[in-house]
Amino acid sequence: MKNIGNLKEFACTPDRFQGGHRLCPGCAHGMIVREVVNATDDDLVVSTATGCLEVCSAIYPYTSWDVSWLHIGFENAAAGISGAEAMYKALSRKNKLYNEDRNVKFVAFGGDGGTYDIGFQSLSGATERGHDFLYVCLDNEGYMNTGGQRSSSTPIGAHTTTSPRGRVSYGEKHRKKDLTMIMAAHGAPYVATAVPGSKHWKDLAAKAAKALSTVGPTFINALSPCTTEWKFKPEDTVEIGDLAVETCMFPLYEIEDGHKLTINYRPKNKVPVEEYLSKQGRFSHLFKPENKWLIEEIQKEVDRYWEYLQRREEAGV
Amino acid sequence: MATPKEMMTTWDKIQPGAVLPSFEDPEKKIRSKFNSYNYKVADWRVEKPVFNRDLCIDCDFCWVSCPDSCFIVEEVENKRGKKQAKIVGINYNLCKGCAVCVEVCPTPIKSLLMFPEFVDNDEALKQWPKKD
Repeated sequence: MKNIGNLKEFACTPDRFQGGHRLCPGCAHGMIVREVVNATDDDLVVSTATGCLEVCSAIYPYTSWDVSWLHIGFENAAAGISGAEAMYKALSRKNKLYNEDRNVKFVAFGGDGGTYDIGFQSLSGATERGHDFLYVCLDNEGYMNTGGQRSSSTPIGAHTTTSPRGRVSYGEKHRKKDLTMIMAAHGAPYVATAVPGSKHWKDLAAKAAKALSTVGPTFINALSPCTTEWKFKPEDTVEIGDLAVETCMFPLYEIEDGHKLTINYRPKNKVPVEEYLSKQGRFSHLFKPENKWLIEEIQKEVDRYWEYLQRREEAGV
Repeated sequence: MATPKEMMTTWDKIQPGAVLPSFEDPEKKIRSKFNSYNYKVADWRVEKPVFNRDLCIDCDFCWVSCPDSCFIVEEVENKRGKKQAKIVGINYNLCKGCAVCVEVCPTPIKSLLMFPEFVDNDEALKQWPKKD
């Protein structure tokens, strides 16, 4: 496990995810991926599901990855990485490894479409079989690569092209699926949530280092604010991520062995959700008089969930 | 043990089970000409960040929150003999001008500011806001 002390030491790490990829300016995917792949000194094997990250980091003939990298279909990033891991174990048993003295870690990246919806069966299967890998979900709350369709990660009230706002509709009608808890219910040894940015950088890097050093399937759900489809200015990416934590819309916690829940960050003063919603264009219709009730509903739901997390942490179950 | 150069052949010659080793020493790093590091996205931006070394306190917030890894870092030793990173500049080939680095800069007078693309860097440093 790499010792991540302070940012001055961490910044000496040579980057393994190079710039020059074609992600949007201010995209949080780049921040998350850089921190995760730099959080270990071991060799990495990465598989990436189809999505923004794969499309933008591997445009022919260029590649942004300085690690062994595998692109695989939308639905089977976890299946691909579990196959690579199983083959590596088999070669290791037969003493046929290429570089025996090195540790190798396996990481899969997927967007929220490739994790919450399409890739869920392969992720669930790989977790159940107990392969030794880390799955990082880059949760930007919709299919942003194809122009912003809804996914099961889209929060209630958000405008997307397939849940549009208008005279009769207030946007997305279903609440966000709680994938982190579902993954914890699989009995995975380590499951956590994270946000990018300078305030919570250590939280994300330490979680990635801990997940990589844990034997068994591990999962990190990282919120990735999307400047294009959430409709905010590129420079506000870090601020939006921090606000999601301060308002408890996206609390930072980790669950070990499927039951031991720890809240990693408690906001001193809980900010009302209006702060978070008003910064984003996709929620701008909620501030019309006829939709005000929905903001109160969201606030109630957020308070309920925060209360639930705190009680669970106290009880230790 | 195979060296990275031996392993970096064409895709059909890679041995089964070979994993690309990590490059701990940046100087030994081999980049192929198709690494996106050699690609230019400079024409995406209309405003560029300018870095003022005199005001920088080396907190490295900009390094960790830059999505395009465009901060050039030098490894130096501090007073206690520990290695630490020192920001020395910006790689303008990779910067897309998102201004996240300017937002996260914590110094009272920011050590990173956005200037229009046509302003020369030396000219920009002269226009820097002064303490009252």
